[in-house]
Formats: sequence, structure tokens, C-alpha cells
Amino acid sequence: MPTPFFVLEVALSGLLAGLLYSLVALGFVLIYKASGVFNFAQGALVLLAALVFVRATEIFDAMGPATVGFWAALLATMAVMVLVAAAIERFLLRPLVNQPPITLFMATIGLTFLIEGISQMIWGSRVYTLDLGIPDEPWIIHGLYIGKIDLFAAAVAIAMVIALAVFFQFTRIGRALRAVSDDHQAALSIGIPLNFIWVVVWSLAGMAALFAGLVWGAKLGVQFSISVVALKALPVLILGGFTSIPGVIVGGILIGVSEKLAEVFVGPVVGGAIESWFAYVLALAVLLVRPQGLFGEKIIERV
Amino acid sequence: MTPASAAAHAAPATGTILKLDDVSLSFGGIKAVQGVTFDIRPSEIRAIIGPNGAGKSSVLNIINGFYRPQRGTITFKGRARSYMSPYEAARGGVARTFQNIALFKGMTTLDNILSGRLLKVRSSVFEQALQVGRAVREELDQRQHVERILDFLEIEHIRKTPVGQLPYGLQKRVELGRALAMEPDLLLLDEPMAGMNLEEKEDMCRFILDVREEFGAAIALIEHDIGVVMDLSDRIAVLEYGRLIADGAPEQVRNDPAVIAAYLGAKR
Repeated sequence: MPTPFFVLEVALSGLLAGLLYSLVALGFVLIYKASGVFNFAQGALVLLAALVFVRATEIFDAMGPATVGFWAALLATMAVMVLVAAAIERFLLRPLVNQPPITLFMATIGLTFLIEGISQMIWGSRVYTLDLGIPDEPWIIHGLYIGKIDLFAAAVAIAMVIALAVFFQFTRIGRALRAVSDDHQAALSIGIPLNFIWVVVWSLAGMAALFAGLVWGAKLGVQFSISVVALKALPVLILGGFTSIPGVIVGGILIGVSEKLAEVFVGPVVGGAIESWFAYVLALAVLLVRPQGLFGEKIIERV
Repeated sequence: MTPASAAAHAAPATGTILKLDDVSLSFGGIKAVQGVTFDIRPSEIRAIIGPNGAGKSSVLNIINGFYRPQRGTITFKGRARSYMSPYEAARGGVARTFQNIALFKGMTTLDNILSGRLLKVRSSVFEQALQVGRAVREELDQRQHVERILDFLEIEHIRKTPVGQLPYGLQKRVELGRALAMEPDLLLLDEPMAGMNLEEKEDMCRFILDVREEFGAAIALIEHDIGVVMDLSDRIAVLEYGRLIADGAPEQVRNDPAVIAAYLGAKR
């Protein structure tokens, strides 16, 4: 029988891993909120951001001291993500305005292959190391092991969620974003510049992808499998609700903690490896009971 | 309504606020609008009628920038151009409602109408996010304005209701409220009374007349109920197959042989 202390340790590691999922899921929610589209390319954006950051670090490190290099690389990568957002708006979204969401969804699948293909052309398929300058050894507090990178990721995820929640709730652009997600034509008619809004929201999703890419890249190395990590964001979204920014945090924590605990308690009974599928089963169960997720907006259709 | 904004609305009392000059629009082989010329005067109620597919909605969509005409000029508030984008139109004071109601269904009545004030916000993103400085006062002003509209349209009781749950007639009213929140100089109403019962229609007629009275906006409306159109309008434009076949005061249009033919399908 596991000791309570061990359970606590498992739960804590799950909590931190869960916040990493939240970081990826955040990008999905942003775009879903602002356009009602499930952006299949979010994982590819995470990969792209990480690769660009690695390349930028190489370039800036060669030019000056490492600390300056880090920030310069971060800013440069942000700029690239904004440019990518602008390109997506111009060549993908603008020609498809007023098309049904399924069309846009298909377009994002195409975008995924485009981004992955171009990345492979530029960077090849080798694994890059990404160093955030955070030491790998954990803190040990009363015998509890806490990874420093995990803690950093958790702080970033929480800070981003708070900032975005405030942005959506109180600012004019945030309100415009909510309007755009409900009805494109109506949004245009009240003078919301749709094209600008899309660049803003894809840029924000690009920032979320960048932070997710940094943390995952530092943990696992920057490689193509990073874009698959994005699939772990799916159960988080279903649990938290596609339209809720705070829901992303709660969903991430629930998934992270429950899959780690399940591994420990249920794993031995079914022969282990429960972690790879438990989240999806949990999501399925939530779908049956609460299709809109824990925090999502209930969709009301008058028939 | 403050005296200042009343004056601003009343300023161009003569002349035209909007003029379409020889405007044509086609989709592939379909000629939706063909060489239409017509104008709207400040504070007038201007109806656009015609059989289905006559190009009425296309004309409204050209005015607020959803469609880009292939030919012709659009003169709005004295500025001529070949195309006016939705953003320019909204900025310039064109507001509209839709045939099939386009509301933000997940939001409450209050938030929907508040969304019509987005262009009026002047404070910076940071002031808004932190709720300091200009943002606080502005928020109060916006709320007050919205409250006046809720009162005017008699929909205070549903201010907190998500609009997706409202019955059709009330949704139409919320949509009108959102357009009014923009303080428009030109209000486009696409079939404001479609699908309404007699009582709801009478309410809507009253609101339309009151809108002109209180807000001083010019109103261009598409409507199929000829009785309503004749009662409300100052002038009526009649379209058929994308062409303007008659234009003038109600009694003039009523007796126009081309209009009678278009509506009764008589041989010409």
C-alpha cells in the first residue's frame, strides 16, 4: 500500500505535468474562442516556435553574452510568430471568410502539414537541445522532489491564463474577440476589423505555442514528436471546456493529477502504461455527462 | 440624448446622406444589381421593395461594405468612392440589422447592445485591462447609453438573458438595439418585421418611427408587408431583377404601372 506521502508526491508531479498540458491547450482555446475553429495546427506551431527559438539562440549567442542572447532570441521568436500569424490571416483565413467551421478546420490540417514540411526543410529531423538556463536538478522540500523546470512552466501557465482572462474580460479587443467567435457578419457590421482581430488572436496563440515549445523543448529536446504532445491538450480542452481560459488550468491539473494517480493505483491491476490512454477515457466520460466541459459555454440553439 | 449629439445628427438636414450612382454587382453570371442609382436623405425613412431575388439585400450589403460592386460610385456624407469597407461604414455611422438575425447568441442582451459601442471606446488597452483612468468613466458612460436603449426598446427585463434563449420578436428588438448603440446616421433594416405577428409588427413600426424622432437617423428598410411600407416610408425604391423600376413617394409608386406589373406578374 502506497504511503500518503508517496501519493502526495505523485499528485504533485501530476499537477505540474498537467499545467504543461494547459499551456498547450491555451493556444487551442484562444483560436476557438475567436473564430469557433478547432486549430489542428497548434501542435505544429509549438514545434515551429521551439525550432525558431533554437536557431535564434544559436545566432544571438554567437554575437554576445548568453543572458542577452536568451532575451533577444525570445523577442525575435515572438516577432516571427506574429509574422506567421499575419501570413496565416492573409493567405488562409481571409480567402475563407464566412465559410463554415469545418472548412476552416480542414484548412488548419493543411496548415499543419505545411508548417511541418517547411520546418523539416529548414531544420531537418534531428533533435535539438534547448537550454533555458534552468538547472535540471530538483528542489527537495521535506523530501518532496520538485522539478525546477516544471515549477517554471507552472508559473508561466498561470501567469498567461490570468493575463488572458483579464484581456478577454475587460479590454475592447477582448470583447471584440468574443463577438467575432459568435457571428462574423454581425461583428463586421458593428465595425470590428476582422482581419486585425485574427492577426491578434493567432499571434497570441503563437505566444502560447512559444512558451509551450520552450518548456517541452527543454524537457524532451526539440523534435518532431513535440507536435504530437498537442494531442494531450485535447482531453484538457474537453474537460475544461473549449471556450474557457480558466478551464484550461483546471482541466490540465485534473488530467495531470488523475493520470498519474491512476498509473499508481489502477496501473498494476491492468498491467501498467495507463498514463498513455487514461486522459482520453476520462475525457470521454466527461463528454457523456457534460458535453460543454466543466466551464464551457452551454450552446443554446432554438429550433 | 445630449444636445451636442442631437445637433450633430440634425446637421445635414438637406441634401443626401448617401447616394448610389450607377452601381452594378454580379456574382459570376448572375447580375444581382444593375446600374442602380438612388439616394437617401438625412432623417428620412426610405423603403426598398421588390419581389424575391430583386437585389434588395445586395443593395444593403453594398452600402455597409459586405459586397464590393464592380461598377459605380457610393457617395456617403459627401465622399465618393467605389467601395466602402464594413469598417469604414461602421466608423462613418452606418448600422444595420439582418434578415436572419445576426446576434452574439452566447452573450446577454446587455453585452450584445454594449458590443455596438466598441468603436466608441477611446481608452487604451492597458487602462481597460487594469480598469483605471479613462476606462472606468468610459465604462460607466457606455452602460448609461445602453440603459437608455434598453428603456427605449422596452427590453429592460431581459437585460441579463442570453439572447439565444429569447423569442424571435425580442431577438429582432435586441438586434435593433445593438444597431442603435452605434449612434448611427444611417440605419439599414433588412426585413425588420419578417416572421412577426400583427402586434409585434405594430411595435416595430412604432420603434422605427420613434428612432427617427429621437435619434434622427435616416432609415433604409427592406420590407415585404406593403401596407407597412406605404404607412411608414417617405420614399420607396422598387427593384426588379436588379434594376430600379420605380422610385418616389408611396402614392406615386402605388400607381406606377411597372410596379403593379412586377407585383401582379401582368404581361408587359
